[in-house]
Amino acid sequence: MSGVSNWLATRWLALPGFAHSTVFILALTLVLIVCVAYLTLWERKLIGWMQLRRGPNRVRLFGIPHTEYIGQPFADVVKLLIKEIVTPARSNKVLFRLAPAITLIPAFAAWAVIPIAPRFAIANVDAGLLYILSLTSMGVYGVILAGWASNSKYAFLGAMRSGAQIVAYEIAMGFALVGVLMASGSLNLGTIVDHQRGAPFHWNLVWLFPLFMVYFIAGVAETNRAPFDVAEGESEIVAGFHVEYSGMGFALFFLAEYANMILISALTSIFFLGGWLSPLDGYLPAGSAIRHVPLLGLVLGDGTHWLAAKIFFLLCVFLWLRATFPRYRYDQIMRLGWKVLIPITIVWIAVEGILIWFRVGPWRV
Amino acid sequence: MLVAVLFYTFATILVVAGVGVIISRNPVHAALSLVLCFLTSAVLWLLIEAEFLALVLVLVYVGAVMVLFLFVVMMLDINVEELKRGFTRYAWLGWLVTAIVVAEIVGVIVQRRLGLDVTRGAVPLPADYSNATELGTALFTRYAYAVELAAVLLLVAIIAAISLTLRRRRGLKLQDISAQVAVRASDRVRLVKMKAEPRS
Repeated sequence: MSGVSNWLATRWLALPGFAHSTVFILALTLVLIVCVAYLTLWERKLIGWMQLRRGPNRVRLFGIPHTEYIGQPFADVVKLLIKEIVTPARSNKVLFRLAPAITLIPAFAAWAVIPIAPRFAIANVDAGLLYILSLTSMGVYGVILAGWASNSKYAFLGAMRSGAQIVAYEIAMGFALVGVLMASGSLNLGTIVDHQRGAPFHWNLVWLFPLFMVYFIAGVAETNRAPFDVAEGESEIVAGFHVEYSGMGFALFFLAEYANMILISALTSIFFLGGWLSPLDGYLPAGSAIRHVPLLGLVLGDGTHWLAAKIFFLLCVFLWLRATFPRYRYDQIMRLGWKVLIPITIVWIAVEGILIWFRVGPWRV
Repeated sequence: MLVAVLFYTFATILVVAGVGVIISRNPVHAALSLVLCFLTSAVLWLLIEAEFLALVLVLVYVGAVMVLFLFVVMMLDINVEELKRGFTRYAWLGWLVTAIVVAEIVGVIVQRRLGLDVTRGAVPLPADYSNATELGTALFTRYAYAVELAAVLLLVAIIAAISLTLRRRRGLKLQDISAQVAVRASDRVRLVKMKAEPRS
């Protein structure tokens, strides 16, 4: 047994660097796609429970008893795959096909720099935060192109709304990240997580609480989720920018939206909730006996599972918001973005500067 | 070797996209070609290890400027015929500008001492070298006044743009959102206690 694993380990280490990256990329993409599939199911179930409904409760996994609703995502995928893809008349064919891909690619590509485990990211880029910002700012092209290429009034209205909204909230998001930058003095996401080490009291959440709120709200707006989903606005413009898409084209937009939700949750947990750091970090001394208990020590220590737990919590908040709040009016969205969120971030950046100058708080500058 | 292959691949895409900006008939296609231009030039900057500038180029130009550009181009109904009317009249000016730009580019490339030998690639920097830190240190120490002047200039430009476009007509019925938010139920609804009507 150990002979086989040894052989595998030497083989693995002998592979060139790009082969390692390819394997990691494939693994991460697969995990993400499965997560997206089950997030759609979890959304329908959770919102169902919140609104005293049952949610999906029909599709079993291969007919195995007691697996009601587990097979739902697969049924949805198969249904969408075998549907006809309708291309509207006088639409721009190339851009119409390209738009879903343009929305999807940044949502996945951004994961390259995310530290998914202690001191591990697929690409440990020094300017990781800038990379994230520039990639997430590209997602809007898919929406705008989809709306324009569809040659449809509803789609175009949705695209215009979404474009203006994303540009407005991106500024608030960027300013919130300036605060994170000031706190950790680095653009590297791994270093940002490392600088929150100590105890939950050292997480950016505590000292940058207003920025955390702004970042998360702006994140909800960036992903066009309720209560900021005027880009889709079923009651006014049918389905907004993807009204003309059917079958897999629609599925790709759906996939991108959920992948973006997971991405925003991951980024929020890394920037403000300590990423893969364990919340018991400061309370378990390094040499304490409990760290050496076989399974418990692993669970209580740092690791990917804590990052996953934080992401899951934030995703539930996303769904909770959707189940609770009515849709914002468009002028209210614009007012919130420009006149509330941006001033809050600017004020808090100034406050943070003063705190750092007088060394109040856990800054390591 | 790999760097050279990457350079020529992306340089070719850049040139093709640049030509596409000029020759495409559809203005939206032209704007999208320009986006592709920015992206490929960001990749070229990455190849010479200027990752900060490359990412900022994508962030500012692709993420913000071109989105607004695309917006305007999509909303406007551009009449291509009208745009092309003065083509021959202004062609000499175009040729003149082209000649000057080409002369400038050749002048820079011929000057070997500027170190612009593209085929050799950049000298690899040490692993702990951070582009962002170096730039930040230079900007906020040596060029601090210049940066602040530029910031003030931008602020003036923003205020000017807003004051030029912000026109208040008389009799405009605008919503005062803070008044709407501050409203209480007692301002809008009055509960009246009434005696029940006697049954007839």
